[in-house]
Amino acid sequence: MTTSAHQPAARRGRTLGQHAGRWLPAAAVFGFGLVAWQWLLPALGIERFLLPPFWDVVTAFRDSRDELVRAGWITFQEALGGFVLGCSLAFAFAMVLARWRPLGSALMPYLIAANAVPIVAFAPITNAWFGILSPWSKIVIAAVLCFFPVLVNTLRGLTSVRPESLELMRSYAAGQPSIFRRVRIPNSLPFVFSALKIASVLAMIGAVVGDYFGGSTEALGVQIVSAVSLAQYETAWAAILVASVLGIAFYASIALVERYALRWHPSTRRDAE
Amino acid sequence: MNDVVVSAERVTKTFGKGGVTALQEIDLEVGRGEFISLIGPSGCGKSTLLRVIGDLVEPTAGEILVNGKSAHRARLDRDYGIVFQAAVLYDWRTVSKNISLPLELGGWDRSRRADRVREMVELVELEGFEKHYPWQLSGGMQQRVSIARALSFSPALLLMDEPFGALDEMTRERLNLELLRIWAETGSTVVFVTHSISEAVFLSTRVVVMSARPGRITAIVPIDLEQPRTAETREEPRFFELVTEVREALHAGGADEVVPELEARE
Repeated sequence: MTTSAHQPAARRGRTLGQHAGRWLPAAAVFGFGLVAWQWLLPALGIERFLLPPFWDVVTAFRDSRDELVRAGWITFQEALGGFVLGCSLAFAFAMVLARWRPLGSALMPYLIAANAVPIVAFAPITNAWFGILSPWSKIVIAAVLCFFPVLVNTLRGLTSVRPESLELMRSYAAGQPSIFRRVRIPNSLPFVFSALKIASVLAMIGAVVGDYFGGSTEALGVQIVSAVSLAQYETAWAAILVASVLGIAFYASIALVERYALRWHPSTRRDAE
Repeated sequence: MNDVVVSAERVTKTFGKGGVTALQEIDLEVGRGEFISLIGPSGCGKSTLLRVIGDLVEPTAGEILVNGKSAHRARLDRDYGIVFQAAVLYDWRTVSKNISLPLELGGWDRSRRADRVREMVELVELEGFEKHYPWQLSGGMQQRVSIARALSFSPALLLMDEPFGALDEMTRERLNLELLRIWAETGSTVVFVTHSISEAVFLSTRVVVMSARPGRITAIVPIDLEQPRTAETREEPRFFELVTEVREALHAGGADEVVPELEARE
């Protein structure tokens, strides 16, 4: 018999030049953005309280670097704590709802509704619950923000399995634990990772916004608020930059794990680009 | 050992309360080593019958024995392997991991699994593709993996639900030959659902013709073509005679015609 050697995985390697070619347009946009920020905005007469020039922000960052980095680390810890707490609870909950489907269908409408609730509105309340200086008020807000999208997506991933996939497991007399381990959980991973990426962003938002309603003076959100109230716009923007860099790094590290964990997924194919 | 692998007695399946009768009083015996095709118009219950044999669908009435035990017991004993129209490979498993899945579930240890996977990859001629993921394979190759998986634990019975239905004609004819070679090598019993008359005639030792609404067996055509069959078998006059015979049986069982009730058993 002839196996028409059809081997799409072959073209994995890429030359350095190809890589550079791919990133060049994005790098150019980045450079143009910085130039516009530094020179174009002042030339257009944008006031510094609206947006100070880029270099002033960099200088402000250098002046209070230790403070900002420490603040960033504190807020990031709050975000990470909320992320881990919210996502693991959501995953466990989704497993239970997927295992006992009537329970899932009974709760699903409320979960979807809860997913649409602007959770940050509760931030002042969690301050009242846990104490304004406690990191837990921010961790809980971040956790609740992460919980619903991860729950809804994971549940969708666990239950959107082709009927034949389940019939096949049934034909092997496989039990529920085995079906979860070998079919439902792997099937849910693309959904889970999409949700985790969303959750990483939400966790940072939750932690920073939680800080806005008060917290340890060492936290990033509190520093932004106080810098603005003192008209230190450059410092406020420097803090915002720190928050942005942390948020992007958080998101990127999850994307990296996703890429490794989902290397079997058709979306990783390179030759389709 | 019992020489009847599948025996169905007055098997009836109704979907919903007083709803569609998918199967009506099906009587069928499949002997060891046979290659049986179920053929009929869509809605004749051929896939349902296959699923009843595999204990994936429970019959409303009647009895099904597989290897002399209840279909349920036979499923728990992993007495059959099944292949669907879609390959149903698990995307997150490589070719070898897909093939070894039933072995894992059967508690085989690692080295025995590796040995068997190697044999199976050889059997379906996929050497060099063991580490590939399903999306990296063509449709025909995916279906070969699916067949290897179904055969990996040497089940006595192979159930196939239109396994080549989604493939192009060339691939289908090639896989037909390959399936016959595997059938001869493994000595397994095959129940094969198809809606292609020539495929049914080419592969089978007997063709079971079914009609729709209600789904029942209208004729059983023994196929006396010589074994082993080759590409030339499709050119033989006898092949065309049998194709005609099956086609006429199918038309005789047509929904709008009155057909004399045929005895389903041989």
